[in-house]
Formats: sequence, structure tokens, C-alpha cells
Amino acid sequence: MINTKDILETIRMIQDENLDVRTITMGISLLDCCESDIDSACARIYDKITRYARNLVKTGEDIEKEYGIPIINKRIAVTPMSMILAACAKKEPVRLAETLEKAARACGVNFIGGYSALVHKGFSPGDRELIESIPEALSATERVCSSVNVGSTKSGINMDAVALMGGIIRRTAELTADRDCVGCAKLVVFCNAPEDNPFMAGAFHGTGEPDCVVNVGVSGPGVVRAALAKAGDCDLTEVADIVKKTAFKITRMGQLVAREASKRLGVPFGIVDLSLAPTPAVGDSVAHILEEMGLECCGAHGTTAALALLNDAVKKGGAMASSHVGGLSGAFIPVTEDAGMVNAARNGCLRIEKLEAMTAVCSVGLDMIVIPGDTPAEVISAIIADQAAIGMVNSKTTAVRLIPAIGKGAGEELSFGGLLGGGPVMPLNTWSPARFISRGGRIPAPIQSLKN
Amino acid sequence: MRAVITVIGKDDVGILAKISAACAEYNNNILEVTQSVLQELFVMIMLIDISKCAIPFTEFADKMAALGEQMGLSVRAMHEDIFNSMHRI
Repeated sequence: MINTKDILETIRMIQDENLDVRTITMGISLLDCCESDIDSACARIYDKITRYARNLVKTGEDIEKEYGIPIINKRIAVTPMSMILAACAKKEPVRLAETLEKAARACGVNFIGGYSALVHKGFSPGDRELIESIPEALSATERVCSSVNVGSTKSGINMDAVALMGGIIRRTAELTADRDCVGCAKLVVFCNAPEDNPFMAGAFHGTGEPDCVVNVGVSGPGVVRAALAKAGDCDLTEVADIVKKTAFKITRMGQLVAREASKRLGVPFGIVDLSLAPTPAVGDSVAHILEEMGLECCGAHGTTAALALLNDAVKKGGAMASSHVGGLSGAFIPVTEDAGMVNAARNGCLRIEKLEAMTAVCSVGLDMIVIPGDTPAEVISAIIADQAAIGMVNSKTTAVRLIPAIGKGAGEELSFGGLLGGGPVMPLNTWSPARFISRGGRIPAPIQSLKN
Repeated sequence: MRAVITVIGKDDVGILAKISAACAEYNNNILEVTQSVLQELFVMIMLIDISKCAIPFTEFADKMAALGEQMGLSVRAMHEDIFNSMHRI
């Protein structure tokens, strides 16, 4: 029989330490739904998504019950919609967003990602129209998520797109101001966007992917923190070992769920995303892991080093546990979704400059940060440019998901509820980057892109 | 196919009997049982064969959870693969 201690450890992880599979995300290619008539395109998109994903939620729930593992989200990622729009004679992108929303509702998923454009080197037909429609699309829908890739290590940074996105984020916040500006929580600006990311809001189904695929994102910050708490005052080599062992177990669970979901849905298994994804729930925080390592509060000096250790150990432990690893893979630091980060932001210990440094050593970037409502578009663009530069030079994914709190300033808060959480407005440096941003053009790809 | 039932909670008369009866009712053969009482906390782990389970295993898991609620205990029935995959290479 299986060791009693192991059984009880698994039960404790699930029951007391919030261990879960964060998401099963089905990626669906919509390239075969391209039509010049937008009505026909919408009909084909709806038909294909609902045909492929009709059993996704039920299958997820069955696995959840059989294995006793909570699977929090079942989601869908589709081909970047700008590619579908490119084929349409009438450029009415919001129609596509409404179709995705309808399909998501029919399948019972809470988010569908792929209202996206990849413009890291420039705009092709459909890209600009799609990007300009993002505020309206995110305001008119609840479940649609949008992302725009503005840079990559291989191609540099498209600063025209960066300049455009500052205004798009502001406009999205304004159009959803009556709902705590929630539209911006569904909009990510990437550099080096992965094509197989199962996590929202940045998930889309890349063009190199198969027709349909199942990707799984694991979680478990609470489990890692508990393991470190139990270990007491050990040195950092031991800390890294504990994180690795814990990440291995968490990822093995994700791999099992991914394999089962793939088998039952008759869809190839894509990747497991080795992630530590926090939720606003107490005991499910990445910040609390860093504090368990010995920082008085997340954001203190030492935070970047602690996060670098954590992120690396998660990947080392997870890599051996899964046959295919991909997506974002690393520790997430979304401020409003992490109770410890929110606390650190409220008490002033965690500032945006520190978060920027942290993004150089962990997964993703400046994520779910509430900024003052009067922040000019060019400042948002400049934040995106800084993040994209970190991603480009370090050959890693970086992303920006900022929420301008329209009508609110420092000291006030936004609250989205659910997994998106809520948090305080974080102050920004107010010196102007306007002239730099207005120059446009492209920042050339760095020398490290020349690997051949 | 095998599953693990875990029962955790305050010790009482008849816990093993009630869980075993539920297993028998749905045609699940009990393969192994270990139990211990630590400072009044009752912990029982049962390995059962579910290959001839009379109802889909997901329903059986629901019924065990409901039985646990009635008895004021945490009762979980989980497929054994979850433990194998997490703790064995």
C-alpha cells in the first residue's frame, strides 16, 4: 500500500494549503474558420469552439472528483483573432469578440483568450483594427481576454505598438470605469509571448500549435510556504531543495491531470506550465513564501534574490516531473491577486520600481497593478517599453497588465472580486517620457538575438 | 483500478463499520485498512478495489463525502494514481 505519510501529506496539501490545478486550457486553432464574409466566419468560429470544447468543463469536473484535486478553471485559447480579421472584407472586430463570448458561455468556461494581435515587428492587415477595437470589445464582453505582443528578442520592440497600447489601456479603463475598470484586468501587453500559455489573460493558441491541444497550469504557493515553514531555520541551499521537491510533487499532479484530460477529450497533451500562481485567498500567496524565507515584508531589499531562488527552484523541480514543459513557467507576481503583495503595496514596502526589478528574475512581469486614474497614456507606454526591454534583452517573457483606476488616486482601492482580487492604487514616477514615446519606430533586436 | 479512502476526524463508535458498509453497498472490495488514533484524532486509510464499483466512481466519491458530512468527519475517496504520481518516480 502507498505510504500513509504520503497519503496524508497529499490530503493536507489539498485541504489546508490550497493545492490545486489552476487551469485546464484547451487551445483551438481557428485558422480554418477564415472567411471574407464576417457572418460566415463568426458562424464557423462558434461552431468549431463549441464542437471541440463541449465536454471540456464536464471532463475537468470528472477528473476533479475522481482524483480529489480541485481544478479551478477550465478555459479556452484560440488563434489570435487579428489573423481571422485579416481575411474579413468588413473589418468589424467586435463581432468576433461577441462570437467568442457566446461560444465561451455555451461551453461554460469563465475565460476565453485570443482576442490578440502579434505585432512585434509591425502591423499586418487586421492588426491595427483589432487593437483599436480592444476597449470596446472588452467592455462589451465579460469572458473575452485580449493580448498584444509588442516585442521579442529576435525582432526588437515595435515602439509604434507600444505607443498605441498606452492609449488602448487608458481607453479600456475608461469604458469599464463603472465596473472598477475590470476591462484592463483582461488585457496583457507582452514581449516574447509564449504560444502555449494556459494562463489568462494572456493565453492564445499560436500558429505553430496543432489543431487542438490541452495545456495545464499548476499552482501551489501555499504548499511551498508550508514546506518552508516546517523546515525552520535552514540555509538557502536547503530552502532551494525544499522548493524543488515540492514543485516536483505539484507538477506531477499537473502532469497526471493533463494526461487524463488529454485522453478523455481525445486531444493531444501540449504542456504543463510550471507555475506558482497565487490567489487572493489567505495562504495562497507568493509574497508569503518570500516572507517565509526571511524578509519582513515582500518588497524589502533581498526580495529580488529570494524570488530568483524561488523561480529557479520551481523550474528545476518541475522540469523532471513533466514530459513537456512550456507556457510561462515560473512564479507569478500579480499584485491584486496575491494577499501578501496587496498587503505589501498597502503598507508602502512594495513599490513599482521593486516590482520591475522582480520581473527580471521571474515569470511574466508588471501584473495586475492598479495605477492612478490620471496617468497619461505615454507613461503607460513607457512602462510597457521598460518591461519589453527587460524581456527582450533577457530572452524571457515579460508582460504588462496595468489597471488605471479612473477617478481614483493614491490611497484609494479597486476591487474586482474572485480570482482577480483587488488592491490599492500604486504611485508612479510622474516625470514625462512623452518625447521618447512619440518618436515611434522600432528598437532594434539586441545582439544576443544573433545566435545562429 | 484502486482508490484510497481517507477518513480524518474525531474518534467515535462505528466509523469503520459505516465506511465499510458503504463500500460493500457499492460493490467495492476492501484490500487494506490502516487506522490510528492520535490525541483523539482518528485517521483511517483504506485501499479499495473499484473495478466492479456499482456506480461511476465520481458518484461514489460524492456519496463518501456526503457520508463524511453526516458523521462530522472528513471523508475523501480518491483514485490511487494521484498518490502514486506525486510520491513515486
